[in-house]
Amino acid sequence: MNAPNLVKIPEGDLRERLVVVGNGMAGCRAVEEILARDADRFAITIFGAEPRVNYNRIMLSPVLAGEKQFDDIVINTAEWYVENDITLISGDPVVAIDRAAQTVTSASGRIEAYDRLLIATGSEPFIIPVPGKDLSGVVSFRDLDDVDKMLAAAANGGHAVVIGGGLLGLEAAHGLSLRGMDVTVLHLMPTLMERQLDEAAGWLLKSELERRGQTILTGADTAEILGKDGKVVGVKLKDGREIPASIVVMAVGIRPSTALARQAGLEVERGIMVDDHMVTSDPAVMAVGECVQHRGICYGLVAPLWEMCRSLADAAVAAPTGYTGSVTSTKLKVSGIDLFSAGDFSGGADCEDIVMRDAARGVYKRVIVKDNKLVGAVLYGDTADGSWYFDLLKREEDVSDIREALIFGQAFAQGGGALADPNAAVAALSDDAEVCGCNGVTKGTVVSTIKGGACSLDAVRSQCKASASCGSCTGLVESLLKLTLGDDVKSGPKTLCKCTTFSHDDVRRLIVEKELKAIPQVMQELTWKTPDGCASCRPALNYYLLCAWPGEYVDDQQSRFVNERMHANIQKDGTYSVVPRMWGGVTTPDELRAIADAADKYQARLVKVTGGQRIDLFGIKKEDLPAIWGDLNAAGMVSGHAYGKSLRTVKTCVGSEWCRFGTQDSTGLGIKAEQMTWGSWMPHKFKIAVSGCPRNCAEATIKDFGVICVDSGYELHVGGNGGIHVRATDLLSKVTTEQEALDVCAAFIQLYREQAWYLERTAPWIERVGLDYVKAQLFDDPEAVAKLAERFHYSQQFMQDDPWARRAAGEDSELHQHLAEFRPFPTMQMKEAAE
Amino acid sequence: MIGDWIDIGPTTQISPGNARTLPVQGGEEIAIFHTLDNQFYALVNKCPHKHGPLSQGIVHGNVVTCPLHSWNISLKTGEALGDDKGCVPTIPIREDAGRLYLKRDALVSAKAPEAMA
Ligand code: SRM
Ligand SMILES: Cc1cc2nc3c(=O)[nH]c(=O)nc-3n(C[C@H](O)[C@H](O)[C@H](O)COP(=O)(O)OP(=O)(O)OC[C@H]3O[C@@H](n4cnc5c(N)ncnc54)[C@H](O)[C@@H]3O)c2cc1C
Ligand code: SF4
Ligand code: FES
Repeated sequence: MNAPNLVKIPEGDLRERLVVVGNGMAGCRAVEEILARDADRFAITIFGAEPRVNYNRIMLSPVLAGEKQFDDIVINTAEWYVENDITLISGDPVVAIDRAAQTVTSASGRIEAYDRLLIATGSEPFIIPVPGKDLSGVVSFRDLDDVDKMLAAAANGGHAVVIGGGLLGLEAAHGLSLRGMDVTVLHLMPTLMERQLDEAAGWLLKSELERRGQTILTGADTAEILGKDGKVVGVKLKDGREIPASIVVMAVGIRPSTALARQAGLEVERGIMVDDHMVTSDPAVMAVGECVQHRGICYGLVAPLWEMCRSLADAAVAAPTGYTGSVTSTKLKVSGIDLFSAGDFSGGADCEDIVMRDAARGVYKRVIVKDNKLVGAVLYGDTADGSWYFDLLKREEDVSDIREALIFGQAFAQGGGALADPNAAVAALSDDAEVCGCNGVTKGTVVSTIKGGACSLDAVRSQCKASASCGSCTGLVESLLKLTLGDDVKSGPKTLCKCTTFSHDDVRRLIVEKELKAIPQVMQELTWKTPDGCASCRPALNYYLLCAWPGEYVDDQQSRFVNERMHANIQKDGTYSVVPRMWGGVTTPDELRAIADAADKYQARLVKVTGGQRIDLFGIKKEDLPAIWGDLNAAGMVSGHAYGKSLRTVKTCVGSEWCRFGTQDSTGLGIKAEQMTWGSWMPHKFKIAVSGCPRNCAEATIKDFGVICVDSGYELHVGGNGGIHVRATDLLSKVTTEQEALDVCAAFIQLYREQAWYLERTAPWIERVGLDYVKAQLFDDPEAVAKLAERFHYSQQFMQDDPWARRAAGEDSELHQHLAEFRPFPTMQMKEAAE
Repeated sequence: MIGDWIDIGPTTQISPGNARTLPVQGGEEIAIFHTLDNQFYALVNKCPHKHGPLSQGIVHGNVVTCPLHSWNISLKTGEALGDDKGCVPTIPIREDAGRLYLKRDALVSAKAPEAMA
């Protein structure tokens, strides 16, 4: 040991020696707390790796954004250290701790002895281990040096890439964008800040940032950072996309800085283990801040650190109080974006989710109540009540008295008495108060409309337009109905599901009118009552969006029923059945051989001819699906969509080619129809059949679209159904050529696709709207068939893409694989979870 | 973390809104869910109704809708919601430093209830 370097304590100084490693927010705060309790207890030395005094790290974001200067964010000036007789050794990190000798050694070789040691080394940014991570121009966002590097890059303008769409990443992106850079944020998860926000709020945040000119790529997995001459020039994603960049900011997360403690043999898991008094496994060593793990948790925000520092000082110099952990809340420091989240917002069966959306103001609020206590809150757009909610949450206050009004915020809920009841609050509104902002309808107008006979929400909507647009005033209108009519309020037509007050028709219309293009957007703009919908509305919205925006909308797999996600039919034992397409029911010996081989190879437990003229292989395991599809693809077969709300089969009879009664080539027409329509997603399944003569061997008159060939042409039938309620078709029209038959078929399908409700087959749809309506839509305007058919063909160009081929090539492979396998009784000490 | 808890790999293996399965030799297959608000849950992969594979259901909020007959099962408690009655065992799961851990003894002892007639 370098004895000569040992710093001597001034003679006569009887104070205990406290050495602090880390001149950051927690380290200095702990010292302040100690000084406040007993200024004379310790002789204090602070080591800091950074060559400067202690500053407010969280304000680096405003410094980057140009809203503050470094001087504005200094917490403890050089004078403070002097005045308090603290030796600051900055720019010289501690590199070793010798617990036996009770000394620390710094990089410059300085050795300092301690009686008590405090480790407050904070965190290190996590760097994703991709090629190019060490290039010049790749920076993290942790200290002032990082900010300086970003500012230097920004001075030259150009492109910046921020990897990580969490709090830090978005603040970095905001700053760089204000500094004039063209910023792209890459985020691995589908929604931004997924740790703090739910899907709905994450989506709102993303659209606001995009509106401000940032490019936000979610689901973006970085493969490599590209460089030239040692300097960064761009980022390459795993899907092959390349984004240019003169600077790359990595903000994917932080890791407690524990190397020093670990080396010193202190107990370390994720962070340095401390007890409730911030004492580590060595009684002479304390630790505080982001580097510690307390009761299993490592914190990444300052509020818990302040509480830790308090309990540390209490225990070190006064009466021990103990720290028991913190509930944290988050705010994003991006000017103009109000966002708050706190507590547990995972909801669940025993929790009550209260959601309020105000589409006009871009507000989303969600509070979660459990056992009459507030357990979580997410606020976007209006965070005025954030601290009130946070307070209720931390104090675990009983909110049952204000439950009804909780979501409206503090002013409303604590208005007390009458105001705590939303109906009473609405009653107190003046007659000229505007209820519906979109359509400028006052309370007086709504009430007189109700008095004039509008007894349901729907009647009010159609008669005075209140709540007919964005729907955010629906709650108010419902209150007015209740106040005016008491129990005589009639429920309106069926709503899409319990998550909304809108009907299927309204939702479909508004998606197009308001150009809504994503599920969370529909939910926000149409003021959904739940945060992310339910098993009824998600698939319906996914279909409506797919139908409205062909080629543009990206299918949401999580909103599809298992069969459509797995492209096979689930069976009662959890295996799947596989049905390859057999165009018009016609096959070949080669196809049959390939099917037979596949049946053998994948051990199909049943091979069955279906009622739809093709072959079904049963009992296939989900792991084997991509492989069996690959084999069937290789023999020229594609998915039969036997699982989809989509075109199923086109059943044909032999027709004029072979049959002595056949009038037209029904088989040929059926094949053409199937080739035109396969792959199309519909409100429900859709079946077609073509019979060669009125004997109708293909049962065309119980199909959604049936063709009966006659000498003079083709009779086109619609709206047939087998199923529980058998319905024979209605005759739609008669045409003379195959092409006309195909055109009407495409037009009819498109009309059904655009207008029917999700899960409504053509039979109930026609019963509801009437055959005359369908005929009028198709034939009143001589152009209508052509226009509808054109829209159908346009969307088909994006749909006719065999889903099996993509899966066989490896897409979404995780859907088919187990995560791992667990063998509970290993014979040796071995890795138990494979993979 | 070692001993009581079993590391089943990184959280990124399950995208939000999805579930993956973990067969247990000599035990029940486990379904691990990742919800849209980024929570993780583990349940025996058998619906209390007729043993439908819950991992294949639609996830919304903290509920999965069984793919076979659409019972709604709470991911938190394993209980059937609404008018349906039944419960499937849950397995304690924790997330730490981007990895998922399952409680060992719960994993081994979990038993699915008898399917209903
Ligand atoms: C395989 C098949 C039975 C067979 O072995 O022949 C079949 C099997 C099923 N049918 Fe069917 N239907 C099959 C032809 C039919 C037919 C006959 C036809 O298409 O000519 C009908 C009556 C015609 C019709 O649809 O109007 C038919 C009317 C139904 C219905 C009632 C539909 C309705 O609108 O009321 C259902 C229930 C549903 O879809 O909600 C249904 C549902 C089902 C499901 C998907 C049940 C389910 O949801 O899991 C069965 C899937 C079994 C599987 O795993 O493959 N299946 N089903 C036939 C597959 C045809 C194909 O090649 O794709
Ligand atoms: C840009 C940014 C924005 C943020 N915004 C917020 C926010 O809005 N709200 C919020 O609550 N939190 C925010 N945070 C987090 C907050 O800054 C941290 O929680 C807090 O700084 C942690 O304090 P600490 O003392 O544990 O670590 P730090 O403040 O990082 O201090 C640790 C210090 O120890 C030094 N050190 C490390 N090893 C050694 C060694 N061996 N020898 C000597 N010195 C060493 C480091 O250089 C550092 O200066 C933000 C962080 C950043 C980077
Ligand atoms: S008739 Fe009933 S049992 Fe038979 S396949 Fe169709 S749905 Fe299943
Ligand atoms: S098996 Fe799950 S609902 Fe029937």
